[in-house]
Amino acid sequence: MPKLKIEDLDKIVNKQKKVTSLRDGAGRVKVTVHMGTCGISAGARKIMAEVMRCMEESDASDIIVTTSGCAGLCSREPMITVEVIDEAPVKYVDLDKKKMKEIFDEHIMNGNVVKDYALAIGSERSS
Amino acid sequence: MSAIPSKNVDSKKYDVGVPGGYRMYLMLCGGTGCVSGGSYKIKDALEKELEKHNLTDEVAVVMTGCNGFCAQGPVMVVKPDGIFYQLLKVKDIPHLVEEHMLKGRPVEKLMFTPPKEKSVVPKMSDIGFFKKQRLLALRNRGLIDPEKIDEYIARDGYKALAKVLTEMKPEEVVQEMIASGLRGRGGGGFPTGVKWKTCRDAPKEPKYVVCNADEGDPGAYMDRSIIEGDPHSVLEGMAIAAYAIGSSRGYIYIRHEYPLALERLEKAIAEAREYGLLGKNIFEQGFDFDITIHIGAGAFVCGESTALMASMEGRPGEPRAKYIHTVEHGLWDKPTNLNNVETYANVPLIIQRGVKWFTSIGTGDVSENPWGGSKGTKVFSLVGKVRNTGLVEVPMGITLREIIFDIGGGVPDGKKFKAVQTGGPSGGVIPESLLDLPVDFDQLTKVGSMMGSGGMIVMDEDDCMVDIARYFIDFLVGESCGKCLPGREGLTQISKMLNDICDGQAQEGVLELLEETCNTVLECSLCALGGSAPNPVLSTLRYFRDEYEAHVREKRCPAGLCKNLITYSIDPDKCNGCMLCARECPQDAITGEKKKPHKINTDLCIKCGICKDVCNKDAVIVK
Repeated sequence: MPKLKIEDLDKIVNKQKKVTSLRDGAGRVKVTVHMGTCGISAGARKIMAEVMRCMEESDASDIIVTTSGCAGLCSREPMITVEVIDEAPVKYVDLDKKKMKEIFDEHIMNGNVVKDYALAIGSERSS
Repeated sequence: MSAIPSKNVDSKKYDVGVPGGYRMYLMLCGGTGCVSGGSYKIKDALEKELEKHNLTDEVAVVMTGCNGFCAQGPVMVVKPDGIFYQLLKVKDIPHLVEEHMLKGRPVEKLMFTPPKEKSVVPKMSDIGFFKKQRLLALRNRGLIDPEKIDEYIARDGYKALAKVLTEMKPEEVVQEMIASGLRGRGGGGFPTGVKWKTCRDAPKEPKYVVCNADEGDPGAYMDRSIIEGDPHSVLEGMAIAAYAIGSSRGYIYIRHEYPLALERLEKAIAEAREYGLLGKNIFEQGFDFDITIHIGAGAFVCGESTALMASMEGRPGEPRAKYIHTVEHGLWDKPTNLNNVETYANVPLIIQRGVKWFTSIGTGDVSENPWGGSKGTKVFSLVGKVRNTGLVEVPMGITLREIIFDIGGGVPDGKKFKAVQTGGPSGGVIPESLLDLPVDFDQLTKVGSMMGSGGMIVMDEDDCMVDIARYFIDFLVGESCGKCLPGREGLTQISKMLNDICDGQAQEGVLELLEETCNTVLECSLCALGGSAPNPVLSTLRYFRDEYEAHVREKRCPAGLCKNLITYSIDPDKCNGCMLCARECPQDAITGEKKKPHKINTDLCIKCGICKDVCNKDAVIVK
């Protein structure tokens, strides 16, 4: 990897958009598993494994799975954020494997928000 | 939400409908997500089109803070119509301005379409926990993969470093930090810019930049979470500090109890080096800077600046007298700038968004004097007897009541709020009567507590204030390095007195002696650990003296917690003789026949509380 020049920052911004932004055609759904220490100790690794298993089972190729840090509400971990293209993200809380499977089938595959497990839609206000 | 009016908007004209105001306001999001999505280009395009149609006197463009729908950005709300446009692109603007702003016909294809279940799932901005938070240091929380540098860069990462290296002299960076009023987030609240300036002006070379990640307060984990969720924000902040001070060497002192944070930090440093964002000749601007991680053994006292540096040099982690400043004689006797994780995480944002924006958040006035107020936000770990435990970032000046009740959701299980402990073991306990206190550095100090690094422990009616003070003092007795007499012997004596009070062994006059000892330790300790250690005792004595007196005079613990002072009994009117408690009692201390009130043999009872926990009728009385 050559050293970055200042103009390279914008190139990375654009490249990254293609990778993570659904709008630019990288996928149809993005699933973020929140894996801070709090999430992991509440079982985020199991949730991650379940997402991967469901993906394998369904043969879906248009789903991006990624991780992130603590989402703030530690008492409701494990948490995930599901973002379907052109829709606002939905945060799910207090997850276990069974709930994860249900969210995968209903929301990720069929586009229906599982309201029983959903905390909220949208993202947080930042900076 | 604090709107940031663009330069052509008179803030007095801001309200729609005010005579002389604009007919329409275009509230364009200026949050990080939308800005990297191009909202400033949208702004220019809007202004150009408005001018073309001669609408600049009627329609104003206002850049706002983030509204939360970053995934749909750049977003814009048109007021007073309240129409929400999303995913704006520059090429949409001519059509949008002509149709909506000129002809009054909203453009449907650019409007926000919520998910199908919109009505039943609340919006993030409607949830109490998220509504009052303002994310600066945690701006990327939950949004980026901390192990991928590209994701940090995609959210405007390293742009502030590029800006200082190309557009600003080091002195200007220092001035910017002083003007921002940023104060140390590790607890001291010392103005960051002033520290940088003193270190820059110190004559010796080389200079060092150190990040204090030795977070040790019980129940506090702000720094861990920042490093785990967004490590590059800390690295970028350190690099900017190094440029401002004239240093090329950085260290992060992190405790080994933070394995995940450490792992992500190591990865982040490796990635930054690979991109040339750490190392020689960064961005080809002739600036060198690299960072080494130093793993601490997890001693609380090593969070103190001089002890931290002693530990890094390989000596025992013991503080020294503070009249020799570490900014002049720090690590290996060289000028050293030490800031906390959260402080560094704030730096890139201040450089990018500017002093005017940063000082619009928070309390007081720092234009003349960096001690004149508390600017920006503070991250707290909200724990204890509160519904929504978690990590919250709030603007300075928010009240304790808002944090505990609106964000935290109040005390669970219908219990009554009693007090909140801020500032960790060196902080104090704040009672209910002071809940409307605005949270900033100076207000908390005034009531006998402190900001500290941001631990916030909520206590309810079941918590005994003497026991809380004893807990913190015992923690500090264990963590004191033993170098100075007040820290070593004073704390031990305070602990002994508190233990006597809790055990019902204390004599009349102990409270006066306790106060006197506390004040001596406060005044005579070598470092801030001892110098603030009596705070939990003094603040509980100040606000809950009646509880202490009940322990000493009546040998009674009002909260029903101190084992030597309580007895368990069964209310015969409530007990239905289900025998559950008798079966569960590990001492077989409970006797009684089926369907008849039971009795506890107090000679056998060890006050473990199991009977109270299992009773369905709430018949176990603790007195």
